[in-house]
Amino acid sequence: MKSKRPSVSGGIRHSGPSSSNESRSSARPSTGINRGANTRGASTNQRSARTPEPEPIRQQGAVQSKLRFSDKFDAYITHHSTSAIDSLMRLLETPLQSLMTWMVIAIAVALPATLYIVFSNVQQLGETWEGSSNISVFLRPDTSDNRADELRGRIAARPDIAKVVYVSPAQGLAEFKAQSGLGEVVDNLDKNPLPGTLLVTPRLQNASDAAITSLEQILVADPLVADVRLDMQWVKRLQQLMMLGKKLVFGLGGLLALGVFLVIGNTIRLAIESRREEILVVKLVGGTDAYVSRPFLYTGLWYGIGGGILALVVVGIGFLWVSSTVEQLANLYESNFRLQGLGIFGSMQLVLIAGLTGLLGAWIAVVRHLYHIQPR
Amino acid sequence: MIGFNNVSKRYDNGFDALSRINFEVASGEMLFLTGHSGAGKTTLMKLIMLMERPSNGQIIVDGHDLGRMSSGQIPHYRRNIGVVFQNHQLLFDRTVFDNVALPLQIAGLPHLEIGRRVRAALDKVSLLEKERLNPIVLSGGEQQRVGIARAVVNKPSMLLADEPTGNLDPELSEEIMTLFRQFNDVGVTIMIASHDVELLKRMNKRIVGLVEGKLVHDGVLW
Repeated sequence: MKSKRPSVSGGIRHSGPSSSNESRSSARPSTGINRGANTRGASTNQRSARTPEPEPIRQQGAVQSKLRFSDKFDAYITHHSTSAIDSLMRLLETPLQSLMTWMVIAIAVALPATLYIVFSNVQQLGETWEGSSNISVFLRPDTSDNRADELRGRIAARPDIAKVVYVSPAQGLAEFKAQSGLGEVVDNLDKNPLPGTLLVTPRLQNASDAAITSLEQILVADPLVADVRLDMQWVKRLQQLMMLGKKLVFGLGGLLALGVFLVIGNTIRLAIESRREEILVVKLVGGTDAYVSRPFLYTGLWYGIGGGILALVVVGIGFLWVSSTVEQLANLYESNFRLQGLGIFGSMQLVLIAGLTGLLGAWIAVVRHLYHIQPR
Repeated sequence: MIGFNNVSKRYDNGFDALSRINFEVASGEMLFLTGHSGAGKTTLMKLIMLMERPSNGQIIVDGHDLGRMSSGQIPHYRRNIGVVFQNHQLLFDRTVFDNVALPLQIAGLPHLEIGRRVRAALDKVSLLEKERLNPIVLSGGEQQRVGIARAVVNKPSMLLADEPTGNLDPELSEEIMTLFRQFNDVGVTIMIASHDVELLKRMNKRIVGLVEGKLVHDGVLW
């Protein structure tokens, strides 16, 4: 036989104790089911005797959905911090295994980091050489110092110009006398044969080939200018080398980031498999996908951050090893060039990037494997 | 509380686990689901837990049409149902306390409230003094009681138990059944799958009988 009865849905749970008794007792007679000796009155008495929990607590339980937002938020934060700490502890429980993963990530991170250091040092060297890529602007012989200085100001105001220095005919002659060793010959000249010169240093960072050519044309067009000389070959080569270096760093970085994804993804996949039981139980008692995946995402983050820190150590050791030799070499060339490291900011960026890569790798593994684990 | 309306379940391999099941369970009711193994008891429970979706028909639980529930809503829905398994499904990497606390942590209850409720639930199943132990050192009956404590700690409106006394001797089964009856007395709807005929006779409750996926009996007397 089928039992059809009025719904007393939530009677005891959503209403007060007295009304719940009422609704239950009114529901019972229509059940059509013999409840035997277990009469309502008896069981109500039994209830108060048997259950140690006071009724108000039950009330609270019945309206779980009305949990205060601040409580939920606190619990959310608590789960984040416990997930973070637990997953770190799990990694430290198997130190050798974790260290090996960290080393793999460290090597993958250290390679592009080293290239980046090399590249930025070359760039720094290039900047010191930028002086030799001056554009020499020769002025007409009859140009007065005042007008030349005015032109210097106009050129210097352009955004694509880093610096303009005016060398007057007298200064030029003095320099020539000092450097050429032909002082006496110069003294015998009736008049100064040198024109006034503007030494223009363009900004190389954002100067394309065409931009520099058009700059040359603009300079030549000025009525005060007699001639313009520039060494474009050198500028172009430097630019191309810089470009190549940049591409190499990014390409290698991308490739090795992919390697980190795969390593962390696989490690997280194994971690997920080994905790399958736990995931099933958590999902059965109402754990959301986000809740279940949180510890694994933190594991990925820790792998990344740990690998990043280890990479810093590796790069740091290599840096110390090389920098003294570079210093000696620079001294031999009478240069005060010094090898530049990552610096505090760069180091923090490196660890952050490694951490995010780890997090992303873990996220991919979680999406691919964890979400498919469903209680069956 | 629960309404099955013409529900069928055919698995991908063509096996008909349930066919055209109709029955209703009122709020606060306690009933048994019986039948031989393979009769569809577990499938029926899985449908209520949304571990499986029916091939046909409609299931209404606590006013929710399960067919319309999105996968994002399932976790929140499950928090209102306690489940007890034959094999306990306890986690042996943590203490009894932490096992029972799991549903509350998931639901996001405040720390103090969790401690209070877990101890109340453990007290109910008389395991309060064992809260710090790993469940692996407990006896089968004790493990089952930990499972029950975990099922009720969130104060669900409904409790499902799949062969909760399957591995236990009659005395322990009686103990477990007494617990279930007590929860029922405070208004929890309880559905227990069992093929233990002696137990069903003793309990004298409504029985839904399944044979090869078909509902063949609904009532008190077998």
